[in-house]
Amino acid sequence: MGFQPVKFYQTGTYTVGNRLLAADERSVQSSEQRSNAINSGHRACQGCGEALGARYAIDAAMAASNGQLIAANATGCLEVFSTPYPESSWQVPWIHSVFGNAPAVATGIAAALKAKGKTEVRVVAQGGDGGTTDIGFGCLSGMFERNDDVLYICYDNQAYMNTGVQRSSATPPAARTATTMPVGPQPGNPFGQGKNLPEIAMAHGIPYVATATVADLRDIEYKVKRAMQMHGARYLHLFVPCPLGWGTASHDTIRIARLAKESGLFPVFEAEHGEVTGVLKIRHPVPVEDYLKPQKRFAHLFGKHAHPDMVAHIQALADRNIRKYKLLDEEVH
Amino acid sequence: MAKPFAITLKPGSSLTNLTGTWRTERPVYVDRLPPCNHACPAGENIQGWLFHAESGDYEQAWRVLVQDNPLPAVMGRVCYHPCENSCNRGQLDAPVGINSVERFLGDEAIRCGWKFDAPATSSGKKVLIVGAGPSGLSAAYHLARMGHAVEIHEAGPLAGGMMRFGIPKYRLPRDVLDAEVQRILDLGVTLKLNTRVEHIEQTMKQGGFDAAFLAVGAHIARRTTIPAGDAAHIVDAVSVLRSMEGEDKPMLGRRVVVYGGGNTAIDVARTVKRMGAEPVIVYRRTRDKAPAHDFEIEEALQEGVMIKWLSTIKQAIDGEITVERMQLDDKGFPQPTGEYEKLEADSVVLALGQDVDLSLLEGVPGLEIKDGVVQVAPNMMTGRTGIFAGGDMVPSERTVTVGVGHGKKAARNIDAWLRGTEYTPAPRHEPASFDMLNPWYYTDAPKTVRPMLDLIRRQTTFEEVQGGLDETNALFEARRCLSCGNCFECDNCYGVCPDNAVIKLGSGKRFKFNYDYCKGCGICVSECPCGAIKMVPEET
Ligand SMILES: Cc1cc2nc3c(=O)[nH]c(=O)nc-3n(C[C@H](O)[C@H](O)[C@H](O)COP(=O)(O)OP(=O)(O)OC[C@H]3O[C@@H](n4cnc5c(N)ncnc54)[C@H](O)[C@@H]3O)c2cc1C
Ligand SMILES: Cc1ncc(C[n+]2csc(CCOP(=O)(O)OP(=O)(O)O)c2C)c(N)n1
Ligand code: SF4
Ligand code: SF4
Ligand SMILES: [Mg+2]
Repeated sequence: MGFQPVKFYQTGTYTVGNRLLAADERSVQSSEQRSNAINSGHRACQGCGEALGARYAIDAAMAASNGQLIAANATGCLEVFSTPYPESSWQVPWIHSVFGNAPAVATGIAAALKAKGKTEVRVVAQGGDGGTTDIGFGCLSGMFERNDDVLYICYDNQAYMNTGVQRSSATPPAARTATTMPVGPQPGNPFGQGKNLPEIAMAHGIPYVATATVADLRDIEYKVKRAMQMHGARYLHLFVPCPLGWGTASHDTIRIARLAKESGLFPVFEAEHGEVTGVLKIRHPVPVEDYLKPQKRFAHLFGKHAHPDMVAHIQALADRNIRKYKLLDEEVH
Repeated sequence: MAKPFAITLKPGSSLTNLTGTWRTERPVYVDRLPPCNHACPAGENIQGWLFHAESGDYEQAWRVLVQDNPLPAVMGRVCYHPCENSCNRGQLDAPVGINSVERFLGDEAIRCGWKFDAPATSSGKKVLIVGAGPSGLSAAYHLARMGHAVEIHEAGPLAGGMMRFGIPKYRLPRDVLDAEVQRILDLGVTLKLNTRVEHIEQTMKQGGFDAAFLAVGAHIARRTTIPAGDAAHIVDAVSVLRSMEGEDKPMLGRRVVVYGGGNTAIDVARTVKRMGAEPVIVYRRTRDKAPAHDFEIEEALQEGVMIKWLSTIKQAIDGEITVERMQLDDKGFPQPTGEYEKLEADSVVLALGQDVDLSLLEGVPGLEIKDGVVQVAPNMMTGRTGIFAGGDMVPSERTVTVGVGHGKKAARNIDAWLRGTEYTPAPRHEPASFDMLNPWYYTDAPKTVRPMLDLIRRQTTFEEVQGGLDETNALFEARRCLSCGNCFECDNCYGVCPDNAVIKLGSGKRFKFNYDYCKGCGICVSECPCGAIKMVPEET
């Protein structure tokens, strides 16, 4: 059914906390007892969506596992900004794998725990979109196929940020990256390429697949908790804007994520055993321009040498998501 | 410490890395001035009392409310609520029903018998208040709470001023007024009824008063010369309304013509309608130019009051009046057309406004009277040292709420003056305008509509027309407040900071920034729903 928002206590469940909610209705993040999985002093850029998303997700996983959690982490910003040897921001047992094998390392940890009978200890693996959709893809698919007892979390910032914003197979069409420059008749990343990893994960028929954005904390917490209540391979795809790579203001990180969801470009849903079981509806529909315009990586679509055809194409992609996932309430039409 | 193979450095926490040094701007918590508070003529901290009402703590809400206004049950009925017109929520769906929550709190206080805290100290100073209308009562309340001995001299037989002898019962039931007046008197305020002050300086001297606050209102009905026959029955609106409070109800006949387009005209017409007469209001301009509030005109029309717009009375002779039709010129002024019409009229009620009776000020040196009202300095002091004035008798809008606001302001200045100091109001916070909010976070919630008495009872009885909210919908309405510019502890800043640089201080204590780690990204500022954080440049 998806996350059921509390509609009317002033801000309901839209805000992180709400003094008007009963204690059991409150979020993990609103608590002074949250685990703060990534502590202060990390070296992420100002306004980093990935740092925020990781704390949201891992704190929720810690809460759901009573603090009995081990995390494997692929190479990428999250690993580099959190753990420059010899110091670390992580306040959970944490291991850095290499760039492409976090799912396999997590599989190994899960197997070891099983062998030792430590069933109460749970395992997560995490990585960026490059580590997940490109180089780690084979390991991940194997982990899914074997249904290993791991929750894999992909922090999707839509490019290889750590090495200087190169294209990944999660980079959206038209986006400028260091390797998809805004030149030629179709500037930026070409249309029609890339991978939709949530759908690929669903195709494996694993127990749980979900998408979420850093703009909906309660939805993330609900999904992590739901995932942790299950065993086997589970996949969470978290949309985390990157101010540096996207050319957005550091204070706009959450707003941009919200616009991605509200425009329909990033559908937020959950699926069990390959079937969609819930979607987070669009609350205030917006055209894709509202999402694209504040981002310098899409600047070439607007202004003097605008590409309205490409914007229209992107809008069509959003509209398809809206149709496919039924993102709009009937009466909104 | 022996280190494992190939390890040369000690493991450590990232807490040693003070990322706060990256910052060029810093977030700071602020309290901004909500537009409702700004618009309230009584200076209520509306957002502040709604905050407590939101959590169901009605007594605390009421206590915060009465810090500024001792008459919430009255106010929740008769105030024209300019706060709601400026409420930021109006730009989302509809303004918060501030006035209806205020009434709920006022009624709740009466029901539960909540009392004001007694003054902690006694100043030994004695203040005279002339007039027990809203302005005088408000000043008395505030001065008493500040520890001064207060004596009210009231010419009439009962306290309340125009709240009792003007505003009809069907808008303000008298038991409500009595309860709120009594609560003020319970603070130890002395009320002398039937005590007209004839000469202010004499009364002050005789009673040994250190200061005085005048709030005599405006009670002298303005007249106009209408050529009239001997038998014509012409009376004024305030005396009609006043006699409604006594034993002898006014005798006006069946056809009553009310002359004027203000709230008083509407009230008198609705009153005579309830007494079984057929009122017709005659007004020289159009509905949108009438000084009466549109909702009052609407309610009068619903009850069957007839209104003749663009009309003046030319003469009144023996059961009949002659009305001339008017026409608005380019400047919007009514001009005669020469077209006449006759109307049956057993009596004509003039509702053309009131002037101030200034006789008690005769011979007082230093006073300045302009346009029939007493001039006061910004501290509410008249030209005569130690004599302050407020309400309808000074230049301003004439409403209960303005009167209450004047009473509070005067009390603060009188208090300072008595101590030989000057009252300096706290510096105003910058306004919390709608663009400072992040409305995404508020749930959609339409305004609660207050119940209205059914029409038949409105036409025949003096029962209260507008009903109140009950506990559930008052709570709902309070929770529609956006808390503009003031932290309501939603935990958003605490949650959204990617750097854990917000420290939660616990319930009721808000938050603080940990500037050792805040990188100055500004997410907390953008995602604060109510605009209670702002970015300021770092000093270099
Ligand atoms: C019919 C009518 C309806 C109204 N409806 C509303 C409404 O719905 N909402 C609203 O906000 N406002 C309304 N008003 C306006 C509002 O009532 C007045 O603005 C308000 O009461 C003024 O308060 P005040 O304290 O200055 O004077 P008043 O309320 O007029 O009180 C003055 C008091 O001083 C006493 N007094 C006068 N001279 C002396 C003296 N020499 N010695 C001793 N005592 C003296 C009088 O007896 C009186 O009790 C209405 C007014 C009228 C006439
Ligand atoms: C096998 C291998 N190839 C390349 C790299 C260099 N490298 C480190 S992080 C990274 C990109 C990471 O991108 P992504 O997984 O999307 O994470 P992000 O930094 O964007 O969060 C690359 C290419 C590496 N560490 N190992
Ligand atoms: S939303 Fe609340 S604080 Fe803001 S103007 Fe309205 S009543 Fe006042
Ligand atoms: S969100 Fe955190 S890092 Fe960013 S400005 Fe606010 S306190 Fe500082
Ligand atoms: Mg990436």
